[in-house]
Amino acid sequence: MTDVNALTRTWSGTHGADDERSPWGTLDLRLTDTCLRDGSHHKRHQFTATECHDIVEALDASGVPVIEVTHGDGLGGSSFNYGFSKTWEQELIRIAAETAKRAKIAFLMLPGVGTTDDIRAAQDNGGQICRIATHCTEADVSIQHFGLARELGLETVGFLMMSHTQPPEVLARQARTMVDAGCQCVYVVDSAGALIMEQTADRVAALVAEIGDQADVGFHGHENLGLGVANTIIAARAGATQIDGSVRRFGAGAGNTPLEAFVGVCDKLGWETGIDFLQIVDASEDVIRPAMPEECQLDRMTLMMGYAGVYSSFLKHAGNAAERYGVSGAKILLEAGRRKLIGGQEDQLIDIALMLKRRAELEEPAQSGQEKQAANA
Amino acid sequence: MSKLTAAIVGPGNIGTDLMYKLLRSARAGGSIDPRWMIGVDPSSEGLRLAADEGLESTHEGVDWLLKQDELPDLIFEATSASVHREYAPRYEEAGIRAVDLTPAAVGPAVIPPVNGDDHVGAMNVNMITCGGQATIPMVAAVSRAAEVSYAEIVASVSSVSAGPGTRANIDEFTRTTSRGVTEIGGAVEGKAIIILNPAEPPMIMRDTIFCAVPPDADRDQIVSSICAMERAVQEYVPGYRLLQEPQIDDPSPATRGQTKVSIFVEVEGAGDYLPPYAGNLDIMTAAATQVGENIARSLLTTGG
Repeated sequence: MTDVNALTRTWSGTHGADDERSPWGTLDLRLTDTCLRDGSHHKRHQFTATECHDIVEALDASGVPVIEVTHGDGLGGSSFNYGFSKTWEQELIRIAAETAKRAKIAFLMLPGVGTTDDIRAAQDNGGQICRIATHCTEADVSIQHFGLARELGLETVGFLMMSHTQPPEVLARQARTMVDAGCQCVYVVDSAGALIMEQTADRVAALVAEIGDQADVGFHGHENLGLGVANTIIAARAGATQIDGSVRRFGAGAGNTPLEAFVGVCDKLGWETGIDFLQIVDASEDVIRPAMPEECQLDRMTLMMGYAGVYSSFLKHAGNAAERYGVSGAKILLEAGRRKLIGGQEDQLIDIALMLKRRAELEEPAQSGQEKQAANA
Repeated sequence: MSKLTAAIVGPGNIGTDLMYKLLRSARAGGSIDPRWMIGVDPSSEGLRLAADEGLESTHEGVDWLLKQDELPDLIFEATSASVHREYAPRYEEAGIRAVDLTPAAVGPAVIPPVNGDDHVGAMNVNMITCGGQATIPMVAAVSRAAEVSYAEIVASVSSVSAGPGTRANIDEFTRTTSRGVTEIGGAVEGKAIIILNPAEPPMIMRDTIFCAVPPDADRDQIVSSICAMERAVQEYVPGYRLLQEPQIDDPSPATRGQTKVSIFVEVEGAGDYLPPYAGNLDIMTAAATQVGENIARSLLTTGG
């Protein structure tokens, strides 16, 4: 009988990168925790130095091999548009690198938001893995950044954001562009939490077919339709060997694939992650939860994001605009989906809120007019 | 002489759109006569269209142009920053004025309604970036009404209107634009963000400008300055418009204790070459036409 849980591909060290610090021997899957990056959205970018230290310490002790630390929108993300950081991201990267004994520190950058100067600074502060994210049709804007990152000796990861919007063959071509530019692992990134099982598997498989002999394939999930863990399992079966999650889902929207749950699943399936399940569950309760402003919820707003295919980090910004202008946050998100907004266009949520407000004001006098007529009759 | 002769170098989207604007300006009594279109690719559509319009078109590059007996008075550079950096000294040696539409920033930057008359004597002027042309006027509008300690611009353009030059060096866009936000916009600190959106049908260019001003700034004066600037830009880009009333948010921790002014604009192009969604190209070429005309008028009146 064949073993249904056998993985077709396992992580065997990053393509082309020396991994002198790796204490793990062989990992079937290499996991990255991103609560100090994706969770930055949920935290409204208000991480303190102490929280960063404590979270890195706990994740590192649990055996998490990679920890991502940056403003939610990547290097240079601290802004009016995305929210100002309480602690400068370069400072958080430095603290994380000083705290981690075994884990590597990764950082994110989005071409168009951050620049190559930010990449150099992140490396100077101890960042070792440079993750470069573009919208999933715009990979060619990252060529200069991959070139520099490799020149600097950084390990590289490419993020194809909003992967649900494009078919597998388009994603594979975009992944090819990144790999040719020096990317060592391309992630299918379900930024809206909108992919459903087989859609995930097909996309991962297409990337494996296109770049699998030269680079790793990864998967980054969100929980907006409650499918984070399920999508991640099927991604691994389809050949993804680098996996993102956030302990306690601490991420944008309804949060990311809960890393500790996925570690438990891997234990059950016999997939080696190098992470101690009991220790990471303790870290979730004792260290990560106290740093969260509230749990990541699967509620009206976050469900709307998965349903309408909206970039997860729009959540808090849509909430702010809804409150400021007295309109429905869910309607803002639906309109964002209709306008096909992509990651980075948070400014347009204010425009949508103002449009909804104007529309409501136009309807209101009409209604009171009708009521008057009804009263007269 | 009654007109200056001009060559366009780079027959891509920008160069071709610029050609139509210069031709229209010439027909309307302008002071520039576009005579040459210079490229490097014989199959370029821009070269073919230029030949159709009666321009002398070549794929033999700037080297060919500089060997001719008659040289242009003015070159509009619509290639890439690296190409312009290479050729700018040769234009100057030959005594040719350059209007640079790449982010090379060899010469001083010009935004027509803000400092359009400042550098008419310079041998080389730079048009910054499309995002800069669309947003820096608004930063300047706020700056003339209140001290802007920080300004941030977000430019969203359709993917199809972002050419290979922009894509290969997007850092140059963010750096050059943010420098323009401070140096010409008048903000103490500046930041620029660009988003390429692939939505179909393509989205019309949109820009958001955020400015931090002191809590006691005169809000009415800021808003009327913004509205006046909208009209000033509309004089050369008719499709430039405020999408919303400027929004003013009270100081809070989220605004770092400053009053936040948010300005939302849309730039619809004239559709000269690329369709109207490509307002980002339109505002560059329209601004370059203005700047070129200013230089020409100044040279013709001073006899220089």
